[in-house]
Amino acid sequence: MKDVTFGQYYPRDSFVHRLDPRMKFLFLIAYIVAIFLATNFYGLAVCTAVLIAIIALARVPFGKVLRSIRGILVLLIFTALLNILFVDGETVYAQWWIFVITREGLLFAGLLSLRLVLLVLCSSMLTFTTTPVALTDGVESLLTPLKWIKLPVHALALVMSIALRMIPVLMDEVDRIKNAQRARGADLDRGGLMHKIRTTIPILVPLVLSALRRADELGDAMDARCYMGDKHRTKYKKLHFTWRDLLAFLVGAVLITGVVLLRIYLPAPF
Amino acid sequence: MKAIEFENVSFCYEESGAFSIRNLNFSVEQGEFVAVLGHNGSGKSTLARLSNGLLEPDEGTVSVFSRRITSKNLYEVRKDVGVVFQNPDNQTVATIVEDDVAFGAENIGLAREEIGRRIDFALRAVGMEAYRTATVARLSGGQKQRVAIAGVLALSPRVLILDESTAMLDPRGRREIVDVVTRLNKEKGITVLLITHFMEEALLADRAIVMNRGDIVMQGTPREIFARKEDLLTYNLSLPRISVICEKLRAGGMKIQDTLDVETLAKEIAACVS
Amino acid sequence: MRIVAEHLSYTYNEKSPFETAALHDVTLTIEEGEFFGIIGHTGSGKSTFVQHLNGLIRLPASLKHAKKHKAKKGQPLPPAPVLKVGEFDLSDKKTDFRALRRHVGMVFQYPEYQLFAETVRDDVAFGLKNFSEKKLTEEEIDSAVCAALEVVGLDFDELKEQSPFELSGGQKRRVAIAGVIVSRPEILILDEPAAGLDPLGKKEILELLHRLHREWCKTVVIVSHDMDEISENCTRAAVFSEGSVKYVLPPKELFRRTEELTALGLDVPLTAKLCAALRARGIDVDCDFTTEDFADKVLAYAASHPKKEGDA
Repeated sequence: MKDVTFGQYYPRDSFVHRLDPRMKFLFLIAYIVAIFLATNFYGLAVCTAVLIAIIALARVPFGKVLRSIRGILVLLIFTALLNILFVDGETVYAQWWIFVITREGLLFAGLLSLRLVLLVLCSSMLTFTTTPVALTDGVESLLTPLKWIKLPVHALALVMSIALRMIPVLMDEVDRIKNAQRARGADLDRGGLMHKIRTTIPILVPLVLSALRRADELGDAMDARCYMGDKHRTKYKKLHFTWRDLLAFLVGAVLITGVVLLRIYLPAPF
Repeated sequence: MKAIEFENVSFCYEESGAFSIRNLNFSVEQGEFVAVLGHNGSGKSTLARLSNGLLEPDEGTVSVFSRRITSKNLYEVRKDVGVVFQNPDNQTVATIVEDDVAFGAENIGLAREEIGRRIDFALRAVGMEAYRTATVARLSGGQKQRVAIAGVLALSPRVLILDESTAMLDPRGRREIVDVVTRLNKEKGITVLLITHFMEEALLADRAIVMNRGDIVMQGTPREIFARKEDLLTYNLSLPRISVICEKLRAGGMKIQDTLDVETLAKEIAACVS
Repeated sequence: MRIVAEHLSYTYNEKSPFETAALHDVTLTIEEGEFFGIIGHTGSGKSTFVQHLNGLIRLPASLKHAKKHKAKKGQPLPPAPVLKVGEFDLSDKKTDFRALRRHVGMVFQYPEYQLFAETVRDDVAFGLKNFSEKKLTEEEIDSAVCAALEVVGLDFDELKEQSPFELSGGQKRRVAIAGVIVSRPEILILDEPAAGLDPLGKKEILELLHRLHREWCKTVVIVSHDMDEISENCTRAAVFSEGSVKYVLPPKELFRRTEELTALGLDVPLTAKLCAALRARGIDVDCDFTTEDFADKVLAYAASHPKKEGDA
């Protein structure tokens, strides 16, 4: 567990890795808009092709990227089944009790699943190719306009950065505490819901105490290094747009326009 | 010039009501290397927190370079007095080494180029320049503590306090930290206050202080301190193992001078036999 | 109970850029009744090894092992890993791991951070209740907790209703140890039992471990990087480095290898350093590297090689 960096950053020196994190955020938003504008398979095919190109450019193993679907697998199967079994249509393939399987249902399920998969894969590409620090810097920079409405953008970004730093530490801690209680005979891997709830107490109490102790020490350490909020604070790392980012911007723009055009000029499947 | 000066300082944590530090007077000269010894709960960590305004004394005054610490000048004081704490995992705010080292320098509003120079200097001073873009979580305990020291050095402090910063490290990590700190003291003239309960670490200091129940009970060169064996034991401290051996050999009739150095003791033994 | 490990290997984060071999072909036997030491740097594999001993890290199933290695043709199949603790075969999936854990107590680093219950009594009783086959009566629990607290040097009547979080650092650690030994394990494994304690606390914990070894648990295994701790206390010690076992020897023989250990980046006890410095001056002191024995042997040497009159 110790070596799992939160945010699953996959270190490589690639075109995608070197993009400005803000650009990647904006691109991700554009991409999500595109997959929801695409109402037919042609549009989604374009989106898929773009994603494959991104993964290849980033040189992250495909298998590794595909594995991030695991988290939504249940949701995926559930929504697909719901669509297959309940969507009405003209071409009926099979019928039983309240369930119908229609051509439209299958297509719709296919479309929806593909969208979900693309959504998850593209978002995880952001975390695969961007370090947590770059992510938080990107968020802070993109949210800067919100400072005008007195939102503590700096504090939010700092909290996010510390969370990213401390989450692996606390995950280690959970492992350690779990092992210690397992060694004292706690049965954490089996049992019903009530049993599960009861066995979380010996883990939760030490974990919360440890988190509080750490927060206390970290606060002192930050104070000792002259932390006084963002008053007279400067930044070492400035984000810079480069030609790469311009290229990514163009690809994103072309993608959205393309998908919209496909939506207008090619008929929807039903 | 006195780098840190305590005058009649008392402090107690609210919950317990018992004095953690009682009517303490002591000072550290600029450029000095002072080791503070004491068992757990003797008040030595409170001393560190009082020295840069993390805690405020109930009575008395704490001054840093002749400036009395008040709530108004904390910022200036903390630029001068850097503290490194015990747990290597609880001191870093960023995931990447250089971002963490930059944190303090950013806080005091330095220009970008200057921050870059400070990072270079600080990482080189602790021998971690090769790890500039490494992930903090993947470093060893000793390396994490060296990054923590670098994070403090980026503020160019004149005093460095290590509050049991070696307690959670393995022997290799401990040696790394003691080496770095000794070098900073000798080469850069940084005043060092090393708080520890490892007797061996105190050997390198110019002066050692023993604390017990919030009071300074012994003071002198490490050699003088370790010569007062019975006193050390009453304050729940143990002798360095080498002193125990000297003692035993003397009790067995060999004429051995007290020493803290392996080679010197071997020489002494060799002189006693044919 | 004897611990037998053969050809044990383990890899963290297999098939990722962070893949690291934690153990590589480890073969090691720990006899019943030993006070065994395990030495090595952080990351040498020593913690991974001891976590195997009570099934917190499982061996790969034997079938999987064969399959994994069949892929490489032309190479002989590496010997299958074996791990046995007494009667328990840890490579067998059907092994009752909870029963195993009752017999193999494990005290982790900074065990005081695992305390969670409202009272000292409840915290110590946690393991006892978990491991018990039947429901214990309050009297049975009281008497077992009382005995466990007593052997770690704490007073049951004084502490039973107290919150464990209000105790001093040293007391907390004792309560945590009591919470492990309360189910009377035959083997007790401790990872850096003295870490973070002041000199007096250290001394007391080691005395406690010897008391436990005499009166409570047949075998004690400590993981430590304090060489003096190993040389003063252990019957034998294993040196781990980069996932492999380099030496398994009694301290008396192990610390003669000052140069080899230093080459591995490890420290040696002070007595070993002194012996090396004396040897360089032509004085051979054959001791078992405890402070006591070193002083005795030096005095004996001085008696048999008295300084002649007139020697400078």
